[in-house]
Amino acid sequence: MLEWSMIAVGVMLCVALFLNLWRLLIGPHVVDRILALDTMYINSIALILLYGMYNGTQLYFEAALLIAMLGFVSSVAFGKYLLRGDIIE
Amino acid sequence: MSLFWIPVLLLIGVFVPLITERFGRTACAFFTMLAPALALTQIAGLLPEVLSGEVLTESLAWIPAVGLTLSMRLDGLGMMFSLLILGIGLLIILYARYYLSEKDAMGRFYAYLILFMTAMLSIVLSNNLLQLWMAWEVTSISSFLLISYWSSKTDSRKGARMALTVTGAGGLALLAGLLIIADIVGSYDLATVLASGDVIREHAMYPVALILVLLGAFTKSAQFPFHFWLPHAMAAPTPVSAYLHSATMVKAGIFLLARMYPVLSGTELWFLTVSLTGLATLLLGAYVALFKHDLKGLLAYSTISHLGLITLLLGMDTKLAAVAAVFHIMNHAIFKASLFMAAGIIDHESGSRDMRKLNGLWRYMPYTATLAMVAAASMAGVPLLNGFLSKEMFFAETLHQVALGSLSWMIPVLATLGGIFSVAYSLRFIHDVFFNGEPIDIPKTPHEPPRYMKIPIEILVTMCLLVGIFPSFMIGSLLQAASSTVLDGQLPEYSLSVWHGFNLPLLMSAIAMAGGLLVYAYRGRLYSFQAQFRETDAKLVFEGVIQAIVRQATAFHEWMANGSLQRYVALLLLLTLVMTASPLMELNSAAGHLPHQPVNGIEITAAILLCISALATVILHRQRMVALITLSVVGLIVSITFARFSAPDLALTQLAVEVVTVILLMLALFFLPQKTKNESSPRRVVRDLGIAAVCGGVIATINYAIITRPFDSISEFFLANSKTGGGGTNVVNVILVDFRGFDTLGEITVLGIAALGIFKLIARMRLAMPSADEKGRAWSEDRHPLILAMISQSLLPLALLVSVYIFLRGHNMPGGGFIAGLVTSVALIQQYIAHGVDWIKPRIKVDYQVLIASGVLIAALTGAGSWLFDKPFLTSWFDYFDIPWIGKIELASAILFDLGVYLTVVGATLLILANLGKLTTRHRPTVEE
Repeated sequence: MLEWSMIAVGVMLCVALFLNLWRLLIGPHVVDRILALDTMYINSIALILLYGMYNGTQLYFEAALLIAMLGFVSSVAFGKYLLRGDIIE
Repeated sequence: MSLFWIPVLLLIGVFVPLITERFGRTACAFFTMLAPALALTQIAGLLPEVLSGEVLTESLAWIPAVGLTLSMRLDGLGMMFSLLILGIGLLIILYARYYLSEKDAMGRFYAYLILFMTAMLSIVLSNNLLQLWMAWEVTSISSFLLISYWSSKTDSRKGARMALTVTGAGGLALLAGLLIIADIVGSYDLATVLASGDVIREHAMYPVALILVLLGAFTKSAQFPFHFWLPHAMAAPTPVSAYLHSATMVKAGIFLLARMYPVLSGTELWFLTVSLTGLATLLLGAYVALFKHDLKGLLAYSTISHLGLITLLLGMDTKLAAVAAVFHIMNHAIFKASLFMAAGIIDHESGSRDMRKLNGLWRYMPYTATLAMVAAASMAGVPLLNGFLSKEMFFAETLHQVALGSLSWMIPVLATLGGIFSVAYSLRFIHDVFFNGEPIDIPKTPHEPPRYMKIPIEILVTMCLLVGIFPSFMIGSLLQAASSTVLDGQLPEYSLSVWHGFNLPLLMSAIAMAGGLLVYAYRGRLYSFQAQFRETDAKLVFEGVIQAIVRQATAFHEWMANGSLQRYVALLLLLTLVMTASPLMELNSAAGHLPHQPVNGIEITAAILLCISALATVILHRQRMVALITLSVVGLIVSITFARFSAPDLALTQLAVEVVTVILLMLALFFLPQKTKNESSPRRVVRDLGIAAVCGGVIATINYAIITRPFDSISEFFLANSKTGGGGTNVVNVILVDFRGFDTLGEITVLGIAALGIFKLIARMRLAMPSADEKGRAWSEDRHPLILAMISQSLLPLALLVSVYIFLRGHNMPGGGFIAGLVTSVALIQQYIAHGVDWIKPRIKVDYQVLIASGVLIAALTGAGSWLFDKPFLTSWFDYFDIPWIGKIELASAILFDLGVYLTVVGATLLILANLGKLTTRHRPTVEE
């Protein structure tokens, strides 16, 4: 049962990632693209966690942790860039 | 005391004048003389052993693995040259004290002089061909510094450049020649080379080696047709000329000829080349010297002529000629040094060197005049002076020549002709300067120089007289030792007496004397004859040639490297293509026989996402912001791929680097135009697309070919030894801090240097800031949104905790100093973004440059720490400890090393990013001048 649900989640995540990329490419606004990228970060975290569960290892959870933390910084930097142009002032 | 101490002592002596300059000029000269004087006593202490025919050698293994040794050798020839170099060098130091004016930087002068002395001494004491060549090159460079000492004068600079170019080019030829000889013999060891004369002479490469070595010697010794640099080197201060053109620099070439005499001489080629070159130089120098109105110019050409004489002697087919050559080396050094010094005094005390103005100085400086006249008489070869003896030997030897067959009678005739001119210019030196009327409008009223300025000349002139009157008592044994080195022990019978009875050489001397008087008496006619020739200035010709070469080189360079980065990349890729594609063509099929791994839907999804986002980055690259976002997707997918394919360390690193890169790009992007115009022509786009596509295809094929074939890598070793050898289970980290610790140390050093370089580059940079975004909308008024500031602040401790966690577990689980450093930097950068530089500045008081330095230092000291335990650099140590409550833990010295990595990474990243950020604030980075 768990195996099946994991596969289903995997499929859904892949579809979500495709849709994210689609939004990222068509825009139309830069904000759409940044949001799409941020969502891709989140979906990637899910993907890595799913992979860890599937293989029964925790080795990859740090990667997920880092994406969560650093993806935020990256999105903040993009936002600040839109807002002020100069991200460190 | 070891022979090695002698050059080392002198090398230390190079710094003495620079340090003692502040104590006054006399003190400076005194202290400068200490090192050469000590060296001289050391050498002189070895005199009895050398004179008894012993050859003292010492060697020190330098890099034994490639056969490099430092090796010293003191034999008769080396002894004679060492005494000349150090003895005359000491006199020059004393003389220069009074010659240099108060405006001249004395410390610098003496430092160059001692450096030159060291190099010269290293040539004559070297027992290794490469070592000899190194010292040879150092003489070229230090003589360049000496000649250009008055660097504000264009003459000095040009003369120095000419000397360096000619002798430097000769040095390259010499290197090639020595390498060939070493290749024939199979050793750089001079003793071995000297013992294998027959092998070398019979080898097919002998002519090539000989010509190359001769090129080196002839350029250095100003032999025709390379003689033109020497007169222009007279732009140097006179003490330099007196030293370089009497006992040293130009004698280095002669020394080389004498040194290689047992090996290279004895063939027809040697005799013809060397003797004819010498003869041509002898005649040309002697003839031109007569027409030089400049006192130093006359001496310069006379030096050329005497060098030609010595070369001619070395090129003659008799053993006695070699003895005469060695003898004349000594004599010429002694009288020429004193003559140059006398010329310097005349110049110094009368303000002119022009012999058309200088007349009748006898009345003003009788003492100096007497000294100069004795030395000049020695140069002319007047009996009872040292120059006479070697000239007699020279004349005697010319009579025995058969090298030119039935034309051999020409040699003594031409030698006598050279003698005639030699007498004539020596006469001119005496008569024109000290007699012949009154001085004509010279700048100063001439007078005797300071007492101590005359001492060096007095000593040398006394030597001239003593050697001339009691030759065998004064230098008999030294000459014997030196000549027997040159002749490899087979010394001919010769007698060093003043009187040999009435014979042909004496007649030749008499003819030279009478002829010289006659030529001098009728010199007016010769002058008007010579005036018909247009004089070519070697300097102009030389500069013309140099400029033509520079023009060609510039044109070639501009053609090759026109500054277009696109072009460089295209060429680079094309070359890569040629080099990688050709072996691939020989491969029958790209696919190897390893079975493919199964793929699942998620992997396919990731691959498609990767391709699309990469393509999108290329297509959208003109919209920079959008391209940056698509690039982030590429980085994200690559990180996930690393995680999927069991490389968690790489995944973590890639993630952290990704964020830092995006921030860096955005910082730079702010100052760049948001959109760029399409400037490439369609043809160019097609070309570039083609190159890129083929490159991509080739690289993909290589990868595919490699991963489908069994491949033995060295990773097995690391996997097997990581735990036992490095004490960690995370192989990647153990490789970084232990197996390849030295590489890592180098890398963090480079990282630190790069960061400092960037800091220096952007320091004081002023950039125009766009006042609105690309669509023309004004920037938001809210500089630091409150919500962002709050969230970021609470993120900081969490992020630091994560980074400590990653750091500490790095040795055994994915992580380590590098990743932890990046995480810390990103967390701090987040604070910069959220709060701004003004807020951070009072809160983070750490200087990032100090952070980098301490990081590199900690890593290096950790490495050096293993020396304390007699282990090689960077040996790591680890052990397990049982601590109550906590349990068994492992401590490894590698963690200290990793700490160094961590600090360097944090320092470097923040130094770059924070300072880029500061470009727009009032905290612009500044650098103290």
